[in-house]
Amino acid sequence: MEAGTLTADEGRTPYERLREGMSERPAAVALGLLAVIALALIVSEGLHDVAQTGLFGLSNGASYALGAVGLTLVYGILKLTNFAHGDFLTFGAYIALLVNVTWELPLAVAILAAMVLTALLGVVFEVLMWGPMRARKAGVLQLILMSIGLALVIRNGIQFVAGSEVSVLDVDVTSNVELLGLRIGETEALALVIGVTVLLAVGLMLRYTLLGKRMRALSDNLDLAETSGIDTDRIVLYTWLFAGALAGLAGVLLGAISNVKPELGFELLLVIFAAVVLGGIGDAFGALAAGLVLGVLIEWSTLLVDSKWKIAIGFIVLILVLIIRPQGIFGRARTV
Amino acid sequence: MSSLPLAINFEVLTDLDFWVAVATIAGIYAMFSLGLQINVGFTGIVNFGQAGFAALGAYAMAILVLEAGFSFWLAMPCAIVITILFGLLIGLPSLRLRADYFAIATIASAEAVRLFAQNADSLTGGNQGLRNFDDTWFEISESIESVLQSLGWSDPSSFAPLMIVVWVAVVLAMVGLTYITKSPWGRVLRAIREDEDAASALGKNALSYKLQSLSVAATLGAISGFFLALYFAFLNPQEFRPLITFLGYGVLILGGLASYYGIALGAIIIWTLLEGTRFIDLPLSEAQIAALRFIIVGVGLILLMAFRPQGMLGKKEEMVLGD
Repeated sequence: MEAGTLTADEGRTPYERLREGMSERPAAVALGLLAVIALALIVSEGLHDVAQTGLFGLSNGASYALGAVGLTLVYGILKLTNFAHGDFLTFGAYIALLVNVTWELPLAVAILAAMVLTALLGVVFEVLMWGPMRARKAGVLQLILMSIGLALVIRNGIQFVAGSEVSVLDVDVTSNVELLGLRIGETEALALVIGVTVLLAVGLMLRYTLLGKRMRALSDNLDLAETSGIDTDRIVLYTWLFAGALAGLAGVLLGAISNVKPELGFELLLVIFAAVVLGGIGDAFGALAAGLVLGVLIEWSTLLVDSKWKIAIGFIVLILVLIIRPQGIFGRARTV
Repeated sequence: MSSLPLAINFEVLTDLDFWVAVATIAGIYAMFSLGLQINVGFTGIVNFGQAGFAALGAYAMAILVLEAGFSFWLAMPCAIVITILFGLLIGLPSLRLRADYFAIATIASAEAVRLFAQNADSLTGGNQGLRNFDDTWFEISESIESVLQSLGWSDPSSFAPLMIVVWVAVVLAMVGLTYITKSPWGRVLRAIREDEDAASALGKNALSYKLQSLSVAATLGAISGFFLALYFAFLNPQEFRPLITFLGYGVLILGGLASYYGIALGAIIIWTLLEGTRFIDLPLSEAQIAALRFIIVGVGLILLMAFRPQGMLGKKEEMVLGD
């Protein structure tokens, strides 16, 4: 905070102070807004429906958050807006399809295989493309277009090998779990539990482990982190492993809840971007929270409008955040 | 079907109707990408919403004709105005942002248009699409055909009239754009591309110039949308996926940044290559060939960006590298 603001508080109207307070505590404002939306919905639609859709929303939102945390770290650390990240999710889902359906192995094995191979996919392209391009100091447009090219290659590569049909994983789609009067499909419950558990683990890892601290330090300020003696090249590789594994997991979970098709990830890319921007680009905790919030908001919207419009909530949030607060709810005002 | 795995299909290679259709779609993409050129190549703004402009232009034109009873000639300028207003609405808040944020904002706005076209069934026909907005064009097309017959082309290809109109429009647009880019207005655009702060310091309102550049792109996008609608004689949300914008960037980058003639060259090369896969009888399914075409586009984009980011006719010193 600059020195000038310490004395500038005198002689302001309460309204100005409120405005300032709001822009200083955007997360609190966002939380308040969310609470107001929830209350309004409970009053008009009833507690049961709000809780029920909210639960579905968390189940999807956990996967959005898993996708978003990798995308935001890659952006923060590599300054790469990776349009191919959605197709990493698709890649993971198809690995799971291969292991779980073609080879008839259990879902747990499929999840592990998807995470490991998607993590490796991230590292392969780092070594082949992104590392060399960083060394050449490539510009924003170059990197964006390369990631779009990569997205086309991954998605169509999958389509070339596996075809464009919609497939399903070998999961239980009929049994339900009942909890406090709420009903949720067993697979959705599984996706929710796995998703939230991994999110918590990721949060703890980023908060308390040395690797997590280094990743956040690099994402915050690459030059400063480098000067303070962090081996950035190694952290970059770990970041890709981390982002890839989480994207692969998100792909499997989303594929298990609905179905697996070549457009799975790309269709969700803008929702994941919305979570990244809402959380503040480069902010891992912000992306985690924003992914969950978006998942819930998207499902809540089905209480009011036809569910075919629900993906529009992602766009609306994305565009509104970019207009009103491009640095996100947790970000501090910096140049964006 | 040939028994050889890699035989060349001469029937397609010498089919004039096929080539006329390729030339038409290449011209439509040239028009589409000219809008990207003035934004990316000359102003340094990374517009990823061009497919949204094309969609809005085409749908606005068709809906004005079908629902409001406008004539084709009145519907087109009205649709262009609507598209420009949409461009300003999107650009005004988002042009202040950094290039990567602007790219995301524009792609989201284009997807919002497509989502609306897909779901607002009563207005846009949803996935069933819209037809019968092109009666006036059929009359024009027939009179062009009769002129072609009187010139000695006894059985003109059905796309020939559209091909002629599209390429005349592309050439006019290229000449006009070259003219305005060389004008003082165009010099300000390039000054903004090179150093926005310096241009602002000289008293130029950078945001206003960027919005004007975006309006030109919106106009060209809407016109390419009209042509696309006439080409398919059918409007469907699938015709305006983000992939269309990405292909437009392929045309832009292959042709070269800051070169209008490069756009025409890039469009012809890309569509010859894309459609050229039909000469070769590969032992692959239809879906695999479609996938293969886009794998090639993707690899091409990656290699161009890595090794020749300024494209064929572009100049390295005019390349916006960003920061």
